[in-house]
Formats: sequence, structure tokens, C-alpha cells
Amino acid sequence: MSLRKSIQRGDHLIWFTGSALGACLLMIAGLIAVILFNGLGFFWPSPLVKVTLKDGAVFLGEQVNREPIPNPGHPDHLEKHRIQLKVGNRDLLGFDFKWIDEADITATERPGGVFVVERREYGPLLGTPEVVKQGDRVLYQGADAIRQALPLLLAQASRDRAAVNRIEKDEIGAINYRIEKGRLRSKKIDFRAQKEPGRDLTAERAEVERVTAEAQKEYQAKQDELARIMETAASTSVTFRTADGAEKELRALDIYRAYPANELGWFQRLRIYLGRLWTFVADDPRESNTEGGIFPAIFGTVMMVFIMSLIVVPLGVLAALYLREYAKQGPLVRIVRIAVNNLAGVPSIVFGVFGLGFFVYFMGGSIDRIFFPEALPTPTYGTGGILWASLTLALLTVPVVIVASEEALAAVPRSMREASLAMGATKFQTILRVVLPAAAPGILTGLILAMARGAGEVAPLMLTGVVKLAPDLPVDGFFPFFHLDRKFMHLGFHIYDVGFQSPNVEAAKPMVYTTTILLLMVVVALNFAAIVVRNRLRRRYQTSAF
Amino acid sequence: MAQESIVADKPAIKITTEVKPQDPASAETRSADIVIRDVNLSYGDNHVLHDITMDIEDRRVTAFIGPSGCGKSTLLRCLNRMNDLIDDVRISGIIRVKGQDINAAETDVIEVRRRIGMVFQKSNPFPKSIFENVVYGLRIAGVNDKTVLEEACERSLKGAALWDEVKDRLQESGLGLSGGQMQRLCIARAIAVEPEIILMDEPCSALDPIATLKVEELIYSLKDKFTIVIVTHNLQQAARVSDRTAFFWLGRLVEYGPTPDMFTKPKDKLTEDYITGRFG
Repeated sequence: MSLRKSIQRGDHLIWFTGSALGACLLMIAGLIAVILFNGLGFFWPSPLVKVTLKDGAVFLGEQVNREPIPNPGHPDHLEKHRIQLKVGNRDLLGFDFKWIDEADITATERPGGVFVVERREYGPLLGTPEVVKQGDRVLYQGADAIRQALPLLLAQASRDRAAVNRIEKDEIGAINYRIEKGRLRSKKIDFRAQKEPGRDLTAERAEVERVTAEAQKEYQAKQDELARIMETAASTSVTFRTADGAEKELRALDIYRAYPANELGWFQRLRIYLGRLWTFVADDPRESNTEGGIFPAIFGTVMMVFIMSLIVVPLGVLAALYLREYAKQGPLVRIVRIAVNNLAGVPSIVFGVFGLGFFVYFMGGSIDRIFFPEALPTPTYGTGGILWASLTLALLTVPVVIVASEEALAAVPRSMREASLAMGATKFQTILRVVLPAAAPGILTGLILAMARGAGEVAPLMLTGVVKLAPDLPVDGFFPFFHLDRKFMHLGFHIYDVGFQSPNVEAAKPMVYTTTILLLMVVVALNFAAIVVRNRLRRRYQTSAF
Repeated sequence: MAQESIVADKPAIKITTEVKPQDPASAETRSADIVIRDVNLSYGDNHVLHDITMDIEDRRVTAFIGPSGCGKSTLLRCLNRMNDLIDDVRISGIIRVKGQDINAAETDVIEVRRRIGMVFQKSNPFPKSIFENVVYGLRIAGVNDKTVLEEACERSLKGAALWDEVKDRLQESGLGLSGGQMQRLCIARAIAVEPEIILMDEPCSALDPIATLKVEELIYSLKDKFTIVIVTHNLQQAARVSDRTAFFWLGRLVEYGPTPDMFTKPKDKLTEDYITGRFG
């Protein structure tokens, strides 16, 4: 086989195309591998090392990094190495990551009995437990006794936290909600008194005051109950001694998880790993998002995509129906179609600015003036919220849905429409009963593309309702249950926030990767759900093979 | 996919090219069901039909034959105003169905199409269940009573000789049937609304001979109740199923008369050339 013949046949083209595809796949695989490696490793409980330096300083920590020291111009450039320890104890040391030159280290060991303690504030604490006290009474003393008592102690702390949380968030939250409603009602009555000066409103005022006073009383009672629980729960404390000899007393209530890092079997490590993973997915964030979980962000992302889909599908399908079925095909329709296609290419921040100006300030502001004047100057809808963010994204993705729906409508065979019309159906009946069901899978393809784009957008959200921390979900038990005016958290924004806006960069770095994994998983899951629905529809409307 | 096993099991299938023995009544002239007078039709500058004048008789099968592009399908589509769907079409002349001028301004096109069923060249069931396909015409007319729909479904499927093959899977997709079954489903759909006239635009051209035979038998059995107009490329088929045949050539009606006469002693030279296969 001569080279000439091979080129004529186009063998080289096969190689070119094949390698282009290979390069794409390699890049994607590399991206996912980097994210998975960096993200999933973070939760693994590594052993702790204790290093003693030449100057006598002692550090206990988890080794997270090792790199050659750059020293340009010197012979030892990149020859020597340094390690990075996660030493924790930020409240005591003032830092929680420490670079140490390997040349300075005189001794390295893996001490027994040291614990990693995840607590409410200041990041992890690394040290040896010394004594457990209740008030002034010593309950347990010595490492072994404490180690055995610790699981029970932490379980109790977890229960106490749940009880406190329930009272604080749910019960007192409900009372606060009523008090706030009473305040707004009394303001409303003031407005009415201004409008209708002759009217007697004393009865209504008395009613509001009575309800508010009742709520105040309940509030006081709950506060007392809370104080009682806190008194017993907060009295238990654990005292730790750190590697450099300092002592730290922690309330048991503030300890989320504690484990002896150097005395764990593989199976125990796996359990801790899974536990931390679960915490990450299911809990609220702590410590300016560098610790705890990101559940509100997952929830916010999914809910935003759902609201967006609910808006974008009807809007896009109706627009496509008019363009394809009713509009007289001509230059005007062609121009509209080109404009719609170009709309898909407009930078998303432009949509964000539009959303802020139109939805938030104009529409939200108007709604506030008409429906919620009693709450002003505090805006209700006149500020960023999940509804406005979803509307903005719907606008951003509607071209995708229009284009896909138009193609789907055009693909419905003419013979099918004719059959319906020949039966005496009107055009509207034909569209509703034959064309739309047959086009449904194609329309869903448009929705899938729209969701993939919408879930990954960040820039427009930053202007229309995403915030760094919003533990109050947009759905809760208070009427009307869906609070579309609330601000929300979003995984994409969360990545930016922990990565670049965090006061503690080193602690936040792994969160960037883990959050990225979750964002990818949410997008994949949403798409997968839509694909399953589409395939089901396709199977229903399959054409016979011939 | 479903096969037409019931048909295939029959040992001896004779596909005949002879003219069927006509029932004695076919010789007599019946009242005209559709009256066509001086119909001209053009698509833009393309003059497709020239001065067509003919009467189509009540409860008879009338076949339109002729070479491709002779205007026979176009004329058929005039009868239920399907040409309305095409832009830039002009029609003159009079078409009366049971006395009603269907092109008159006050005529409701929806009403016309409900009275005139149509079966297309390529079977076109809706992407719905077999049941929903059959009762589609009733549904759009606003009938939602379940017993009425079920009765109509059974009656139509029996009328279309499809009931025994699909009665156990009425809820399955109509698109899962074989080609012949789908075409019979379309016929069932057309007769479910009890039209007065059924138009068939080459209903068997996409079917194999066995499925064709079934549809032809069906047409033969339907003519007691419906006036049927069938466009066909297949001369044997016209000879087999029709009572009267019209031959079109270049947009003109060349000859129109009882089928046996057309095929045995055509009056026009063109007709003779066409049916003897000298062109077409």
C-alpha cells in the first residue's frame, strides 16, 4: 500500500479527526480527575505528625503539601523541600497552616493519643484531651478514660445542639414571625388611619396588641427554656492540651466530631470519611463557608433551576409555536429568528444587569409599593431574590428553548398535521393534540440544554439574588411556604466565594474542589432526570421501523 | 413489530387482475353525490386542473387514474378543501357535496372535513395509542363519554377489519403496527366519525401485496355505506375495486365511465394507450 493511495483514501483524515476527539476526551478526563482527586481527598482523616524544630518549637499537624523551595540564583534552587502542616488551633496560634523547611526539622514522630477536634469556631483543634468536667466536678481524667467516654459525650452534645436548634430556629423563629406580622399589621392600620381619618380602628389596634403581647410572652417562655437547656448542656467541658503545651477548654456542645487521628483502623477512617462527606452535603456552612456543609447552596441551585424551567419552557414553546405555526414566513420572521439566535450569544452579565434594573428595581420595587408598603423602607421584592434570579436565567436560556422547540415542531411530519386537519380538527386542536405531543421530546432536549447552561451561570446571579450565606431556605413551614423573595445560595457562586473571597484561603482551597464536584453532580443529575423523561416520551411516540 | 400473521396463515391468496363481477345495480346510474363543474386550479402560475366537470355517484367506488402529475390527487384534495393549506392556490368552478357548495364563503371548512374522511398515501397514525387514534375525530368534536368512544372504536376497527388483530392492545402506540395495519387504522379513524364520503389518496402504494389485498377487500365492503373516491397508480387495483373510473391526463379529464367499459372498450385513444401500458 503506497502512501499516495493512503492519502487519496483519506487515512490521514481519520487520524486527524480521531486525535482531535482524543484530545478533547483527554482534557475532560483530566479536568474531572484533578477535581475528584483534590476534592475527595480532603475528607480523608490523615494521620498527624509532630515535628520539632531546631529552635525548640513544636508543631502538631496534618501534612497537606510538600514542595521544593525556590531560591533563584543559588545552587540549592529547588533542591531543598518544605512541608505544609495543617496545625489548626487558630484561636491559640493565630494561623492554622504553617510552612516548615525540612532543613529546620530535628525530629518527626507520630504521637499517640492526639485528637482532631472539629468544633463550632476557629477551625479544628489538634491536641490531647486531659480532663472532662461538668461545672467544677471532674467526670473523666486521663486519655484512655476520655477516649472511651467521648462517643457518648459527643452523641449527647449532638442531641443538645438539635434541641437548641429546634427551639432557636423553629419555635422562636415562628414566634418572631408572628411578632413581625403584628408589627406590619399595626403599620398597615396606621396607613389606613391616615387614609380614612374618621374611622375607628381602636378595636383592630387592640387585637394586634393582644396578639403581639401573647407572642412576646411565649417568646420569653421559650427563652427561659433555652436558657435551662443551655445551662446543663453548656456545663460539660473538655480540656485539651496542644502540642506546644497550651491548654484549651471547650464546651462539649461546641464539639462536632473528634477522633484519635493516629489510632484509627482503615475501616474507622472510612466511617469518618463518609461521615464528613455527609456533613458536607447535608449541613449548613460554618466559619464563613470554610467549614460545615453546603446544603443551602445545593438546595438553592436545584430550586433555581426548577423555577427557571417552569418559566422558560412555556415561554419558549409558546414563542416557538407562534414563529413556526402561525407567523407568516417571510423576511420579518427570518430577522426575528436571527435575533433570537443572537440573543443566545449575549454575555450573561448583560442579562444580569438587565435583571437587576428591570426585575429587581422596576418590577420588585413596584410590587413593594403596591403590595408591601408597610414593610418599606425594607424591600420585600425590591431586592435580589430567587424569583428574580430564576427569571433572569429564564431570559438567558429562552433562546435555546425557542430554537430547539422550533426544530422539534418543524420535524413533526406534514402528513400527521394533514391527517388531523382532514379529520375536521382546527389548527389549534391539531397543535395541541398532535403537534405538541410529537414535538415533546425535542422540546425537552431544549430544556436539557437550557438547564445545563442555567445551572452553571454565576455572573447574572450575583446581581439578582445570590448571597454568600443564606441559611434560611426559600422553602419552609411558614405560609405561603415558598418564599421566592428570599435570597439564596448557589454552588457556582459558592465556588467563587470560598475560592476568592474567603479570609482563610488555605482552609477554603479544598472546598473549591468539593463544591465543584457537587455542582457537576447536580448538573449531571438534573440532565439525567430530563433525559429519562425524554426517553420515556420517545418510547411512547416511537415510529415503527420501515 | 407486529406481523400480519392472520393474513399470512391463509394458504391460498389469489391476487386477481380480472375485473370483479359487478353487482347488477352498478350498471344503473345513481344520484350524484359530488357534483364538479368547470373546476380550474392553479398553483401560482402553474395551471394544474383544466375545466374538470364530472359527477361522482352515491355509494359507489370511483377511481381516479392517470400518469404522475396529471392532477388526480389535486382534484381529490379539492373535494375536502385540503388545498387550503397550500399558499398561493386559486380555484374556480363549483364543487357541490350533497348539494352544498363547499367553496362558498359561508361554508364551514371544519364541517366539510368532518363529513368527508380522508386516507393518505403514506399511513399517518398519530403518536397516540390505537384507541386514541380511532376516536380522535370524536374527541375533537367534543365527545368524551367513555362508553360512546369505546363503542365507536370497536365499530370502526371492525369496519376496518382490524379489530381482531388489535383488540388486546388498544392502549399500545398506533405507530407500533405494521404498514398495512397502520393504513387500516387510518381507515378506521376516518370512518369513526361516520362521514358520508371517504377520499383515498393512493392508499396502497406503500403496502405489500398482501396488505394491499386486505385494504382492497375493505374498500369493497365499505362501499355499501360510503361514497368512496380513490386515487391510484395501480390500474389493476382500479379495475378490481372501482365501479367507475376517471382517466386524467395533463390536468384534463379524458374519459370517465363505468370501470368495465373503461378497461375493455375505452373510447379515447389516450385511455387505451395508458391502460395497455404504452405510456404512463
